[in-house]
Amino acid sequence: MKIYGTAWLAFCFLLGKTLGTLLGKSIGLESDVGGVGFAMLFLMIGQAYGSKMAWFTPETQSGIRFWSSIYIPVVVAMAASSNVHGALAGGFGAVILGVVVTLAAFSLVPLLSKLGK
Amino acid sequence: MEHIFREVVESNGLLSAFVVVGLIMAFSFWISKIMHHRIPAVALAVFLGLVLALLGKKKGLSDLPMFGGLALLGGSMFRDFTIVATAMGADITKIKEAGLAGAVSLVVGVLLSFFLGAGMAWMLGYTDPKVMATLGAGACTYIVGPVTGGALGVSSDIMAMSVAIGLVKVIVTTLITPWVAHAIGLNNPKTAMVYGGLLGTTSGVTAGLAATDEKLVPYGALTSTFFTGLGCLLCPSVLYFVLVFLTTNP
Repeated sequence: MKIYGTAWLAFCFLLGKTLGTLLGKSIGLESDVGGVGFAMLFLMIGQAYGSKMAWFTPETQSGIRFWSSIYIPVVVAMAASSNVHGALAGGFGAVILGVVVTLAAFSLVPLLSKLGK
Repeated sequence: MEHIFREVVESNGLLSAFVVVGLIMAFSFWISKIMHHRIPAVALAVFLGLVLALLGKKKGLSDLPMFGGLALLGGSMFRDFTIVATAMGADITKIKEAGLAGAVSLVVGVLLSFFLGAGMAWMLGYTDPKVMATLGAGACTYIVGPVTGGALGVSSDIMAMSVAIGLVKVIVTTLITPWVAHAIGLNNPKTAMVYGGLLGTTSGVTAGLAATDEKLVPYGALTSTFFTGLGCLLCPSVLYFVLVFLTTNP
């Protein structure tokens, strides 16, 4: 059943968020540190082992894949509900600073991608 | 009749948001098609979303009652849930291979954003190290900025500016990624992890990757999700002290 996949995905999400919040608290922050990353790792580990188990059928997996395919529409909704006015309200200084820092980060991508080859 | 329709739309926000986003997607794919795919449809849809956000205020288009559901659909719960779901297609061995590069890029990303941001703040006339640190932290992400500013006790207009810098980063990352992807070799999982670690803004990184190549989303998301935490940890502490040292010992 598809709900098994969605339930498993939601469980991984909650587990990851819990771990991320715990990690955040342990280093003295109120925010969640890497919760999404941990949840992704749980899902991938589950997928690696789960594929041998009876319940992890293609039908179950489609209950995860649906949410994965909803990702882009969610990004569009996120863009439409973002604070674009706030970005411009910081004035010229904020815009130029944001643009330069972002471009600098882009420029280092090819260099760091060579690491560990 | 019109009144009733409006009421139904407003009281079923999430479902109305599905319809609105569906229409934006359909329109973008149609425009992209008549332009012979010179602009990726997803990039167009995200851009259109940002333009529509101008119709509202702090929460963009969702400030208008009829579009209130967009804030829920595009909020952090659905965003994070669907990002996690994209890990379904990710290859764990590729992540292990790129682990070192990903981790290094996270540290370099935070340091670069902080010091370049603080340095530029200095050039713009902000010479107080607390203010420089807050603006540098804002150049990490729009969450690191106010966290750092709060810890150091700067004024609210500086806090607002640090948030604005972070928001500019999100928007620039979202819009530019599909255009520069080819030039920076952003076409494989490893580079996507490095890119996620260097840019660090989860919203910008995942939206930018979605518009570039959907398959790369989980890899960029994986590293960027640690960036804000690392920034919140380093900026108000070690990096602020380094900045104080640099400004008092020129």
